[in-house]
Amino acid sequence: MFDNLDPVFLARVQFAFTVAYHITFPAFTIGLASWLVVVEWRWLKTGNPIYEQVYRMWVKIFAVTFGMGVVSGVVLSYQFGTNWSVFADQVGNVLGPLLGYEVLTAFFLEASFLGIMLFGWNRVSKKMHFAATVIVAAGTLISAFWILSANSWMQTPAGFREGVDGLLYPTDWIQVIFNPSFPFRFVHMVTAAYLTTAFVVGGIGGYYLWRGLHVKHARIMFGMAMIMAIFVAPLQLLFGDLHGQNTFKHQPAKVAAIEGIWETEKGAGLRLFAWPDQIEERNRFEITIPKLSSLILTHELDGEVKGLKSWARIDRPPVGVVFWAFRLMVGLGMLMIATGLIALVLHFKKKLFTTRWFHIWCMAMTPAGFVAVVSGWFVTEVGRQPYIVFNVLRTSETISPVAGGTVAASLAAFVITYGLVFTAGAYYILKLIGKGPETADEDTYGSHGVDQPPLVTDLATETGRKDV
Amino acid sequence: MFSFEGFLDLPLIWYSLIGTAILMYVLLDGFDLGVGILFPFAPTEDCRNRMMNSIAPFWDGNETWLVLGGGGLFAAFPLAYAVLMPAFYIPIILMLLGLIFRGVAFEFRFKATGKSRRIWDYSFHFGSLLATFMQGMQLGTFVNGIAVEGRSFAGGPFDWLNAFSVMTGVALVTGYALLGATWTIMKTEGETQEWARKSAKYVMLYVALFMGLVSLIMPMMNSGIKELWFSLPNFYFLQPMPILSLVFFVMLWRDLRTDRQFRPFLLTLGIFLMNYIGIGVSTWPFLVPFRLTLWDVAATPESQSLLLVGTAFLLPCVLAYTGYCFWVFRGKASHEHDAAY
Repeated sequence: MFDNLDPVFLARVQFAFTVAYHITFPAFTIGLASWLVVVEWRWLKTGNPIYEQVYRMWVKIFAVTFGMGVVSGVVLSYQFGTNWSVFADQVGNVLGPLLGYEVLTAFFLEASFLGIMLFGWNRVSKKMHFAATVIVAAGTLISAFWILSANSWMQTPAGFREGVDGLLYPTDWIQVIFNPSFPFRFVHMVTAAYLTTAFVVGGIGGYYLWRGLHVKHARIMFGMAMIMAIFVAPLQLLFGDLHGQNTFKHQPAKVAAIEGIWETEKGAGLRLFAWPDQIEERNRFEITIPKLSSLILTHELDGEVKGLKSWARIDRPPVGVVFWAFRLMVGLGMLMIATGLIALVLHFKKKLFTTRWFHIWCMAMTPAGFVAVVSGWFVTEVGRQPYIVFNVLRTSETISPVAGGTVAASLAAFVITYGLVFTAGAYYILKLIGKGPETADEDTYGSHGVDQPPLVTDLATETGRKDV
Repeated sequence: MFSFEGFLDLPLIWYSLIGTAILMYVLLDGFDLGVGILFPFAPTEDCRNRMMNSIAPFWDGNETWLVLGGGGLFAAFPLAYAVLMPAFYIPIILMLLGLIFRGVAFEFRFKATGKSRRIWDYSFHFGSLLATFMQGMQLGTFVNGIAVEGRSFAGGPFDWLNAFSVMTGVALVTGYALLGATWTIMKTEGETQEWARKSAKYVMLYVALFMGLVSLIMPMMNSGIKELWFSLPNFYFLQPMPILSLVFFVMLWRDLRTDRQFRPFLLTLGIFLMNYIGIGVSTWPFLVPFRLTLWDVAATPESQSLLLVGTAFLLPCVLAYTGYCFWVFRGKASHEHDAAY
């Protein structure tokens, strides 16, 4: 029965599944690591134990998330070979060094200093501990640099030539690494990661405020998160727009799919909602704002936007997924900006920490960043199809010599395993959130039932357990 | 575009670098996988906590060598990567799943209470066992040779499954268990250490048995390997390896009857090193035995050069701060999870 399975499609689903699962963890840990740097710096600077307690609470959540990110990331470093061995062979000369550098410059840094960050409290000085946090945060950003460079090269390949043997050879490393879409994608993704973290921290802080728990800690979480929402969410719109224009220049077919435009148009309207039909080559239904698409993409009311029909059917990306994922991402971005605006108004009214409906709103926004990040990746990756390296290699020609059944079986194994691990991880993170920051008279980190005298008793009485 | 091709044998340099990365992986993740293999047999919960704590700050860094092995192979020898990964498809996926189950156990276990902690104890144990067994099977398949046609793997999905690879799988489980036991001797004291010493004595007999078996069977299965090891003058040059292995074994045997704490671990590392070099010699100069040599599968000199520049600087840094982390967490592990040590 497995002979009929299409290994290319299954391998794509498997990669999409494993990479989408993986990206949710870095999307969170990139931002969380940088935020923990800020929190620990505030603690060292002010000596306020509340900062320390906030740090200690979130570093545990960081550890769980980072652990899941590591194990799901190891899988990816082998997936190029297991499912896409022809791709690995053909582009290895170009992409290999980038991934090699990612391991050498980032992964080792993160993995080694994470140990000190989590377990080094009594072993190194406060300054060294802070240094470890900074190094881990830097590691997450360096890692993002290399992997986004590699991904961007697949979108806008540059600095290479095709050999007579069909393999790709590098001709200019600077062009390879800093390929045309890389700066835009890097900034867009790192900002997205920061916002993802901000909305998680804001959601949890909002929850505590709403319940009247750990209020001192919650104010720090909520306040810092809202600063991000106020300033960074609108910036992301700008970065996204710049990234979109870059895509319009280099991958117009992807933009046509994003816009749901079939015929080449001057003064193209923005399809707010539509039902693109790939087979009939039209939208079954659409709500359009006149001229807006041309205005956004070309900055002219009558600028020309190429339609999907400019490309042969086999050269078009799947339109529906790209179209809808893009709207989901942008919609969530708009909600984030709105959150920032509301927070700004409430701040000036001095009601930011007491407006209960807004705390509920922020709780509802907790997963917004994750959903936006994953949809964004669907837009850019599905929008690159049918190519694996844009205009150079087709996805269908780069699959490993493996049978559909094998890919299907491993896909099923990944789905089950990741489902279990994710459920357990989410459960333990929720438990940590339920527990909240620990003031000094409670059990120390994970001291599994072993009685331990309180470390600093007078500090505990000073801050109090409920600290409301 | 710069290239060191003119005056350096780049593929050879990269062969030794990737070889070093994989060796580092085997030695480092070997001891923490070994701890996982021995885990449920420890006499008390307190022992298990100590064992887990002894590796908690390191496992992540240790596993990164596996990523370097995979990523480095892709970067320096893309064709070897492209042939070997499909050849090891199923064992690699199973290994990765094993590593997932054991990796998450580090964090989940200490957050679970009551009976649910058992789940993560077993997840840690069986994950470690599965990952190790699959690595051993890949090793067996590798030294047995890989079917290649053109630039692709040409064998079936179950080529890796045979009596020999099952044996190498079991052999590696005992090997990692020995690393784990001697690590535990070094990093714990009292009851846990005593038990680890007893386990090491027991496990090392099996390690010796399997090493002997593999050393006998490999030349019998492959006339090229037999030729390599038993022809003159190779025979004399290669003798130090089995002889040193034997010396290390005898020393280990005696050390385990004293209260030495560090040397058993170092000796076990030595035994692994000798075996590792032995496998390298047996498959030399192939990266896809016995079809593609390391020069056949090498990336273009420009790619190997670019990565070499960075590696020459970064690898010593990585080794230095890895060393620093091991130094920070020196001494005996605690049974508390607060600071692991």
